[in-house]
Amino acid sequence: MSGAAPPHAVASDPGVREAVAQAKAWYWQRISAMVLAACVVLHLCIMIWAVRGGLSAAEILGRTQGNVLFAAFYAVFVLACAVHVPIGLAAIAREWWRWSPAAAQWFARAVTATLLVLGLRAVWGVYAPGA
Amino acid sequence: MRRNDHRAHGHPSWWAFWLHRVSGLLLALFLPLHFLVLGQALSGPASLEGFLRFTDAPLVKLAEWGLVTLLALHLTGGTRLLLIEFGRASDLRKNWIAVGIGLSVAIGLAFALALLG
Repeated sequence: MSGAAPPHAVASDPGVREAVAQAKAWYWQRISAMVLAACVVLHLCIMIWAVRGGLSAAEILGRTQGNVLFAAFYAVFVLACAVHVPIGLAAIAREWWRWSPAAAQWFARAVTATLLVLGLRAVWGVYAPGA
Repeated sequence: MRRNDHRAHGHPSWWAFWLHRVSGLLLALFLPLHFLVLGQALSGPASLEGFLRFTDAPLVKLAEWGLVTLLALHLTGGTRLLLIEFGRASDLRKNWIAVGIGLSVAIGLAFALALLG
């Protein structure tokens, strides 16, 4: 198309970059939501089943220690949370707390890192035999 | 603020949006604490057991029920959004808001019964 700005000029436009970032965030939010929908249904079933008669560490760890399926499921759950939660929080930071897009994005990265570290540590904590 | 905002805010879809956002925010605040508690298993079963006895308190059980209900609300609200955006729905599916809330209350009650039983 004649007269159109070259791609590199468009991509360097802060407004365009922000729009592209938001479109990507929208897409990742939906993809992770689809994974989470399945995870949450299963998690709700497990919780309703597990809390009957009260919770004990021995009971929980008896189910989870050395259980690869359990660990894999919850690792996927944590990964999907680490994608989904920061995008939602960044939207709240921009729209309700009036943060700049850049500040909201850094906040989102920090939340991703925190959830990944704490979440995978928790999965390892209940999986690792004899931990 | 646009002048018609107060009218938009009276719409069931706005309340569905608000509920989805607030439930998401509260769940996001809870999640790191949840992970930290489970991570206590790394210090041995006794450490995790110590915290679990704290969850026997009635107020903590009430909070657990609240969190499960919030999770169910966020799940059903999110499913409605996915159906609107990726499904064949051509409107805001307000009836799905009612179905979602009803389903969440039912899930909350099932959890409460299991918790107290």
